[in-house]
Amino acid sequence: MKHSYEVLIIGGGVVGCAIARELSRYRVRAALLEKEADVGMGASCRNSGVLHCGFKYAQGTLRAILDVRGNAMMDDLCRDLKVKMKRIGKLTVALDEEDEPMLDHLKEQGDANGVPGLEVIDRDRMQRIQAGVEGYRALYSPTSAIVSPYNLTIALAENALANGVDFHLGQKVAAITRQEPRWEVRTAAGDTFTADVLVNASGLFAADVCRMVGIREYEIYPCRGEYYVLDRRLDGTLTALVYPAPKKNAPGWGTHLTPTVDGNILIGPTAEYLDDPEDFACTSDVMARLRRECQRLLPSIRQSDYIRNFAGTRAKQTPPEVGGNKDFVIEDRKDLKGFVNLVGIESPGLTSSPAIAEMVVGMVKNHLALLPDPAFNPVRPGSLDFFWELPPEEKAERIAEDPDYGEIICRCEKITKREVIDAIRNPLGARTMVSLKYRARASMGRCQGGFCIPRIVRLLRDEFGWDPEDFLKRGADSPMFVGNMRPDKGGQAHEL
Amino acid sequence: MNSKASPIEKIQREVVVIGGGPAGLAAAIAAREAGCKEVLLVERDRILGGILNQCIHDGFGLHAFKEALSGPEYADRYIRRLPGAGVEVMDNTIVLSLSSDRVLEVSARGALRHVEAGAVILAMGCRERTRGAISIPGHRPAGVYTAGAAQNLINLENIMVGRRACILGSGDIGLIMARRLTLEGARVEAVFEILPYSSGLPRNIQQCLNDYNIPLFLNTTVTDIIGKGRLEAIRVAQVDGDRVPIPETERLVPCDTLLLSVGLIPENELTVQAGVAMDPVTGGALVDDTFMTGVPGIFACGNVLHVHDLADWVSVEAEEAGRFAAAYVQERREEPRRRTPVRAGEGVRYVLPQTISGERDFILSLRVTAPWRDRTVVIRDGGGREIRRKKMMRLHPAEMIRIPVKKGAGADGSPLEVSVE
Ligand SMILES: Cc1cc2nc3c(=O)[nH]c(=O)nc-3n(C[C@H](O)[C@H](O)[C@H](O)COP(=O)(O)OP(=O)(O)OC[C@H]3O[C@@H](n4cnc5c(N)ncnc54)[C@H](O)[C@@H]3O)c2cc1C
Ligand SMILES: Cc1cc2nc3c(=O)[nH]c(=O)nc-3n(C[C@H](O)[C@H](O)[C@H](O)COP(=O)(O)OP(=O)(O)OC[C@H]3O[C@@H](n4cnc5c(N)ncnc54)[C@H](O)[C@@H]3O)c2cc1C
Repeated sequence: MKHSYEVLIIGGGVVGCAIARELSRYRVRAALLEKEADVGMGASCRNSGVLHCGFKYAQGTLRAILDVRGNAMMDDLCRDLKVKMKRIGKLTVALDEEDEPMLDHLKEQGDANGVPGLEVIDRDRMQRIQAGVEGYRALYSPTSAIVSPYNLTIALAENALANGVDFHLGQKVAAITRQEPRWEVRTAAGDTFTADVLVNASGLFAADVCRMVGIREYEIYPCRGEYYVLDRRLDGTLTALVYPAPKKNAPGWGTHLTPTVDGNILIGPTAEYLDDPEDFACTSDVMARLRRECQRLLPSIRQSDYIRNFAGTRAKQTPPEVGGNKDFVIEDRKDLKGFVNLVGIESPGLTSSPAIAEMVVGMVKNHLALLPDPAFNPVRPGSLDFFWELPPEEKAERIAEDPDYGEIICRCEKITKREVIDAIRNPLGARTMVSLKYRARASMGRCQGGFCIPRIVRLLRDEFGWDPEDFLKRGADSPMFVGNMRPDKGGQAHEL
Repeated sequence: MNSKASPIEKIQREVVVIGGGPAGLAAAIAAREAGCKEVLLVERDRILGGILNQCIHDGFGLHAFKEALSGPEYADRYIRRLPGAGVEVMDNTIVLSLSSDRVLEVSARGALRHVEAGAVILAMGCRERTRGAISIPGHRPAGVYTAGAAQNLINLENIMVGRRACILGSGDIGLIMARRLTLEGARVEAVFEILPYSSGLPRNIQQCLNDYNIPLFLNTTVTDIIGKGRLEAIRVAQVDGDRVPIPETERLVPCDTLLLSVGLIPENELTVQAGVAMDPVTGGALVDDTFMTGVPGIFACGNVLHVHDLADWVSVEAEEAGRFAAAYVQERREEPRRRTPVRAGEGVRYVLPQTISGERDFILSLRVTAPWRDRTVVIRDGGGREIRRKKMMRLHPAEMIRIPVKKGAGADGSPLEVSVE
């Protein structure tokens, strides 16, 4: 198939989706190509979900500017898109006097970056913000927040789609050629896309995409971070983000606990350079270290509180021997007209994404006259809360109107049949079990799908006509089942 | 104020049983037969019977009915009695919350209800321990299932999960699934068990593994999971005395499916929510010799209380709990009576009940910490005086031991201790 657009975005992470959504404010024929079966399957679903306030980045860098701007945009954005975000604030803790100059430095830098409300506070106040936290003093940043990163990515994509951007999932960009004055993109599936402007938002693969157009100056050094997800039993333990004051040249923030908007706690991320950007395995040594660390930070932890592991990879521009971070590269290539290039969008890429999108669309305007689309609707339909979070009266009313709300499919997260059906009917047409879990939360709880997977299978088979072969974990290469046991249709067992 | 009537329907029942597995079924029938007029059984599934519905193998009922029944047949013996007994059943209905004053929030297609109960019997069963809980390193591909989930898919949903399987954990479900997969044409490479002994029943080792030449490797665990899309292989290694993998022994086992049979966890979210004190060893509530928890009027039985190896004992225990719950509602018994602690001593992993009154005969349930031959289980009182002893040829952690104890034991309030000698 051949498709023609004005703008083509390569990569459906939070950055690509934010760009798509920003573009959808204008009358422009735009599309996004994503190699996976859903958006957000790269770094964007594999991070801490923290909206950084922006004191950590050197003044004048893109990271500083875009993070502070992105953070400030999140209230409106998350409200419009129905994405959960909580401004819980952060304590950056100096453990002793020696760390204190670091706090002052960070405060100064933050003030210069325009971070609102920064304060160096004493131990007393620190402990009022987060009970039990030990340390000497802390830098308090009230605008630090948490968000569900995959929900944000999906919501940006859905809103962009609703406003006219096309999403092509399962389309891996394999080659790019210049057909003056346009670009021609060929995908592994054999389709061709042409566009006036190409945006490289391919995250860990940014350098590969660069090479497709002849840019050789960038290199990505994948750096994996592993996490544990802790049971919701511990919800409420953390009332703020607590980080140790950073050490010089550390590749990340160091291991710490991060509450999620859904009431879990993450412990991680670690940092380990690898060759394979998509090696998301968790490793025994790192896992053991995380458990030790967790035991120290949360003495009340039990073995059963560890419910899952995951890992994500940072798109670093510096090799391990150099360490540290480089600034984001966001460039409108002068040598390659119409190639907008993003490289090294590691942390705080999630926070910065809406601001990056504004900047990128500004660059697109250098090439195309973009007129605002009066029909643009920034609001995504649906509800912010899960059904179980509603007050009892409202639950009862909804159940009376729609019985599917009365049936619980995922017992751990109390997700109803209605919510599972809505998730499977998502506008992007993503149909994997992972797509379902990121939308409906089903199977993300303590039993990790032991209870609900058979129920979801039954539901999708009986009401949507799925065959066993249709169930994929995250894409075509991850079939869940090999087929029916017997040729006769399942489900009859129940009527015995 | 909103003048509109609340959309939440409020009802009252004397006894509410949560869960319609063998425990809930037996408890409900017993409570009704003990004279309670209103006994409501709430089951979230569309069919009663609990986990037994997916246990299509036989071996149930050998004690209770002196017959080898399949799980569904065993459950049916009780389900058939419900109408006659006059038990009210709400299926397809889930209990979402439970308060300490016994108000249940109950959700079903079409209605959200609040049920006020005179007594509540917890019979929610258990769930399986997952990969996350035992921290298996590696990728997270499709093809890794808990054994019970695979059993459900195969036996109830007609879905085949894989062609070449390994099983981690020698719990009964894993053993039964090894046989089931073999019978369905899959190749089962091996069962791996980290402990030096199997955690399944000996009869299952024989009938499910040995009869099909499926090897069981003890002191062995999975150290890596390989495959980004679908499972491609696992790495296994022997472990040392501290259960730490020995790197030199590591080897690769190609397979597309890994089933986990690594333990069951009583499903006590509601119990904890109601403020019931828990036993960290059993994972269930602390109960007295009437199966009442620390919260008056809330009783527990079956796998939600402690994991049972045989459904027959679940039924026996649940009948008791049902009768005591009925008595509680009828007599409005005053609290507290004497609560003499019963403690697990040398060689004993846990005992149940954890407190007794001394006023009645009771069955002491216990599990031992390791397999032994020719030992004696001894119950002593606070003064070290022997109250009861039971000589046993075989003791095994996989098998629950039940010892009847006469009333009077612990009547002086001094704690009892149970040990293996
Ligand atoms: C461990 C960790 C913790 C982090 N914590 C935070 C945090 O707390 N706060 C914060 O702000 N940021 C954080 N970040 C950074 C943040 O996650 C990233 O900056 C952000 O997700 C980057 O988004 P992206 O869209 O650029 O990349 P990605 O999400 O990786 O998206 C790139 C997409 O491009 C697709 N793609 C690649 N090649 C092709 C191709 N050839 N054809 C088609 N599609 C292609 C990929 O499949 C992928 O979906 C963290 C990152 C990591 C790894
Ligand atoms: C896979 C497997 C194989 C076994 N094989 C054998 C065997 O061969 N022989 C043998 O004798 N024993 C066997 N057992 C043991 C025996 O079957 C169990 O001990 C017994 O089923 C436990 O009964 P139960 O009623 O406590 O729990 P379950 O059977 O698990 O029933 C609990 C019920 O409670 C319901 N429930 C839970 N929460 C709620 C809620 N909030 N609201 C409403 N309903 C709820 C559940 O849906 C379920 O129906 C096996 C057990 C398992 C798990």
